[in-house]
Formats: sequence, C-alpha cells, structure tokens
Amino acid sequence: MNDPRVRGIVYQLLTLLVVVWIGVEFWTNAVSNLERANIASGFGFLDTTAGFGIVQTLIEYTEESSYGRAFFVGLFNTLIVAFFGIILATVIGFLVGIGSLSRNWLIRQICVAYVEVMRNIPLLLHLFFWYFGVLRAVPGPRESLNFLDSVFVNNRGIYFPRPEGGDGFGLVLILVAIGIAASFFIARWARKRREQTGQPFPVLYWSLGLIVGLPLAVFLLLGMPLTFDYPALKGFNFRGGIVMIPEFISLVLALSIYTAGFIAENVRSGIQSVNKGQTEAAYALGIQPGPTMRLVIIPQAMRVIIPPLTSQYLNLTKNSSLAVAIAYPDLVSVFAGTVLNQTGQAVEILFLTMSVYLTLSIITSILMNWYNSRIALVER
Amino acid sequence: MSVHGAAAQPADAGATLAAVKAKGHLQCGVSQGLPGFSNPDATGEWTGLDVDFCRAVAAAIFGDASAVRFTPLSAKERFTALQSREIDVLSRNTTWTLDRDTSLGVNFAGVNYYDGQGLMVRKSVGVTDALELDGVTLCTNTGTTTELNVADFFRSNNLEYKILAFEKADEVVAAYNANRCDVYTTDVSGLAAQRLKLTEPDAHVILDTIISKEPLGPAVRQGDDQWLDIVRWTLNALVAAEELGVTSANLDEMKSSENPQIKRLLGTEGAFGDALGLSNDWAYNAIKAAGNYGESFERNLGVNTPLGLARGQNALWTDGGLQYAIPVR
Repeated sequence: MNDPRVRGIVYQLLTLLVVVWIGVEFWTNAVSNLERANIASGFGFLDTTAGFGIVQTLIEYTEESSYGRAFFVGLFNTLIVAFFGIILATVIGFLVGIGSLSRNWLIRQICVAYVEVMRNIPLLLHLFFWYFGVLRAVPGPRESLNFLDSVFVNNRGIYFPRPEGGDGFGLVLILVAIGIAASFFIARWARKRREQTGQPFPVLYWSLGLIVGLPLAVFLLLGMPLTFDYPALKGFNFRGGIVMIPEFISLVLALSIYTAGFIAENVRSGIQSVNKGQTEAAYALGIQPGPTMRLVIIPQAMRVIIPPLTSQYLNLTKNSSLAVAIAYPDLVSVFAGTVLNQTGQAVEILFLTMSVYLTLSIITSILMNWYNSRIALVER
Repeated sequence: MSVHGAAAQPADAGATLAAVKAKGHLQCGVSQGLPGFSNPDATGEWTGLDVDFCRAVAAAIFGDASAVRFTPLSAKERFTALQSREIDVLSRNTTWTLDRDTSLGVNFAGVNYYDGQGLMVRKSVGVTDALELDGVTLCTNTGTTTELNVADFFRSNNLEYKILAFEKADEVVAAYNANRCDVYTTDVSGLAAQRLKLTEPDAHVILDTIISKEPLGPAVRQGDDQWLDIVRWTLNALVAAEELGVTSANLDEMKSSENPQIKRLLGTEGAFGDALGLSNDWAYNAIKAAGNYGESFERNLGVNTPLGLARGQNALWTDGGLQYAIPVR
C-alpha cells in the first residue's frame, strides 16, 4: 500500500465500485417504485405501433411504424439540424471573430456589436424571432414566390425539384465517389512529391476532371438518365419535390447565429493569443496581410480555438432540443414528447434520450480532440 | 426485480389524504392557460371549470375553498407530475382512455366535460366538410391524444395531411395566426377558447365534423382507493346537487329540506363523510365553494361567457345530456 501506483489503482477501484453500486441501487429502486405505482416498465413499447404523423422524416416513416422507428426519425432530425447548424455557426463565427480584429473601424464595430447582441439574447427568443419572422415575411402557398417554375417559396417551406435517377445513374454516383477518393490520394501523393522534389502538380485540375468531368461524360453518354419531380400546387399545398420546412430553417438559423456569437469570441481570443512577432515576421518576409492571417496566424490560433469550439458544438447540439417550441420534430419533441405522452414510459424514454445526447457529445469530443492533436504544434 | 413485490397492499393506500392534510393544502395540476377550464385572470386568480373542481375538492377536505395551490402543466408534463407526487389531483382537461387508465399508473375519477376533437379553419378557405381537407397542414399541441386522432381520421378517409405539434397552446395560436397551417385541431372546447386569442376570431369556423370522443375528467394516482373515492364523489356531489336543485345560493335553506336525497347529500342524514374519511358536511362545503355542476359550467363556459358553449352533451341526463350523478346513498 505504500506504493503510490498500487494505492492509485486501489482507490480508483473503490470509486468505481461505489459508482456502480449507486447506479444499481438507483435502477432497482426506480423499477420497484414503478412496479408499485402500476406503471409499465421495460423497452418492449419500442415495437408498438406509433400511430401519429411526423412532418419531416429523413427515413421512411408512416403512422404504422413503431415507436422505435419514431425514435430514429427524431434522432436523424436532430442530427441534420446539428450538422448544418455547426457548419453555419463555424463560418459566421470565424468571419465575425476575424472581423472584430479588422483594421477597418466600421467592420470592427459591426462585428463587436454582433457578438454583444447575439449572445445576450436568450436562444428561445432567437427561435421565435426567426420562426415567426420567417412566417410573416413569406406569402401563403397560393401566392408563392416562384423561381423558374421549379423552386417555390411560401410559408409552408421552400420547395425544390427532387432528382430521380434512371437506369445507370447509380454508375455516375459511383464514379463521383471514386473520383473523390482518387483525388484525395493524388493530393497526398502530390504533397509528398512536392516536399521531396519541389515539383508542383496540378492537383486541382486532376481532381476536377475525376470528380466532375468523368462522371459528367458518362452521364451524357448514358443519355442523361435523370428526371426531376417538380413541386406543383395541388389543393391546399404543394406536392412533390423536396421541401425544406420553415421550422428547420428557423432552427438552423437561430442556433447558428446565436452560437456564432460565442465562436467569434473564441476565434478573436485565439488570434490575439498568437504573438504579435509572428505577424511582424510574416510582414518582414513580404507576405500580404491576407495570406499572413490564413497561413501563419490562424494555424497557430487553432490550438487555442479548438477546445472551446468543441464545447460550442456540444452546446449547439444540445440546444437543438428547444425545437419543440416551434414544432420542429427533433428527438426531444418526437420521442421525449409525443412518444413519452402516448406510452408514459418516462424513465425508459428519458434514459434513452439522455444516452443519445451523451453519445453525441462524446463523439463530438473525440473527433475534436483527434483534430486538436493533429494540428497541435509539432515539437521538434 | 422488486423486493417489495410480495406486499399485498399498495404502500400508499390512504396516504394521499393524510399527506394533503399534513401539507394544509391541495396541490392541483391544471393547464397553462385555457379559458373556461383553467386560466389565470387579470388579478392572477385561477378560474375555470377544472379550477372550480379543485376548489371543490379542497373545500370537501378542509372546509376551505382557498386551501388549494395550482401547478400549471403542459400536456406532456401532466402524468409525470401526478406519478411523481408533485400534484395530488390532475384536473386539466385530460381525456380518459384505456391506455392511460391502465399503463400510466393513474385512475380517472369520472367525466366533468364530454368533448370531441374538432377542426377549425379560416372561413376564407371555403371548406364546410372535413372530407375536403386533403393535403392540409394541421397545427396542434404535442403530447396529447389529438395527434393520434388526426392520424386515424385522415388515414381512414384516405386524405393526405401534415401535422405540426407545438409545446404550448400559445405557440399553436401564433403559428395558425401566421398561416403556417390550414387547420387548428384540438378539443372543440379548446378551439372555442383559443379562437378568442386570434386576431380576427370571427374569420374562423369550427367544422361540424367531430373526429373523436374526448371524455375529460380529473385523475389521481393508482393505488389509493380512498383518495380516488374522495375525488370521484366530489364530482358526483356537484352533479347531484344540480339534479336536486341545490345551488350555492339556496344551499343553507336546502339544509333544512325534507328531501332525503338532499339530506344525505348535505350530510344532515347518514354518515357518508365519515366513510370517505372527511367531515359529514364535505359535499355542503364543496358545493358552497364551486356551486353545483351547472352553475360552474354556466359561469365558465356557458352561453353568457366569451366561449359561449351550449350545454349540449354536458346537460344533465334528465335534459337529454350525459351528465349523470351516481346516487349518494
């Protein structure tokens, strides 16, 4: 016991035992309490027919589908909002963050004002602003804004034509995928060669040719096997095509504009953490301000930016659960809302829902930590 | 799994009344604001049919209609609040269904409002029949039976639809107002109440088609028979009072009535209060607090209120309605 290593392991084991014991105690207690209150328990309900409709489903779902399937519909709806929200928030956040250090007074003030205003307004207000703002601004289905008779905008959503591949279209898609993979390897090979021999290689043209050119040629050769399902007004609303519902648009906008305020601050502080000597050194070498920012400052600032950025990504994902306020069918709304109410299985459903958010958080963390370790300063 | 499984008696039999008495007030779950059923007025005082019922139960227990506190609950919070003992009785326009009665661990005490799910549309749309609603978008509240009824109705009639479910009624109103959806669907009483919040209440019409039966009533936790009895018989007492012509105004005269039914109801004959674990004038106190069922209905929902709902199915059975008190004897 005098060996600190042994002691460490013993204490950790003891802690683990206590945690497991608390967990087991909690679980058995909950189960026996549910039993006494005559509340059904277990996960058997997941196979039961759901019986309600959902407005946006990325996977096939009908009223006859099971609660388990409704769970996945909600999950994917949450994921797609988080995905687009994170991309948009990152873009806005970086632009505003860099802008708030601009030498142009007006740009700087606008960016600073953006940060102060956006992050000080509660997210729910952002949501209502965008949702009801969006709905008021656009006309009803009969007076839709019409773009080339194929894209329609009204307060039921934005309608696009849906591409439908004919015979051989799958081959084109496969070629695109192969092209992307090949370009990736060419880029790696070209970089290695440049580092070793100094010979440049026109990666961009090759990639373009492989990803766009070749599949396009095959597509034309096959006689353009692609048709479009155009949305058309029928009765109350448009049918056909792909629709992006206002709930989705507002949720992504609200989440990303709100979170971008925080990301901008992370970016600003990250850039300011880079020693001013780096900028001066770059200028001394005759590098222009733009490339200096892109090639010298940002790569070094990323080490400071990434960890807080991770937590903003996690926040955005979790905050998407406010979706129910504007009827976007995310996981919390569909599963911890409607399904919970139909089945009353609060313990199981909240357990599953919390597990999903925990898993998403852990995956985000792992990915970001992996990225962080890749870009970490290599000490030679 | 349970180590307590062998116990024959549910652990909390009779416990709710004792707990309520120890607290000194009844905790009653109501809606977050539905005019006519439970809605805070300008002074913050709760009013409505469901609220009156809570006051009646409080009065039956304490002899004091003010010994009640209200917990506003969203549709999806309500059963969990009851299960977890946050509230003692759920009086929140809640539909009695087999599934809820059996698998949620709750018991319904009776029906205080017979309702049905309806559909409200803009008059300008020109629809008169629900079967013309192919392809509509509907707005409603999440966590209610309405989503299921809509699915049943539209599927069985081969109509396409899209449904948007909001957390709060105010958001449904706002979305419908902003023309996000063609149809607002919920219980007809709810539609009548929410229509008042629209910018132009007269520009909307509630279709005649009723797509479901919605018997609304108070609910309690399963496993406490005494408590269920108290809530159930308070409800019966209010309806019985109307049947017998006992009102909050003539209550004291009625106490000296020679009608044995009235005597039993008001506790001047028999010992029904004792049987419930309450004082013998429990029903007297309940009626004094809320008036009889008809008084409460007319005050909160009736034709002279902004909601202007006719008694309809909720008339007494003697008037061709469904309200029928189980005999107090």
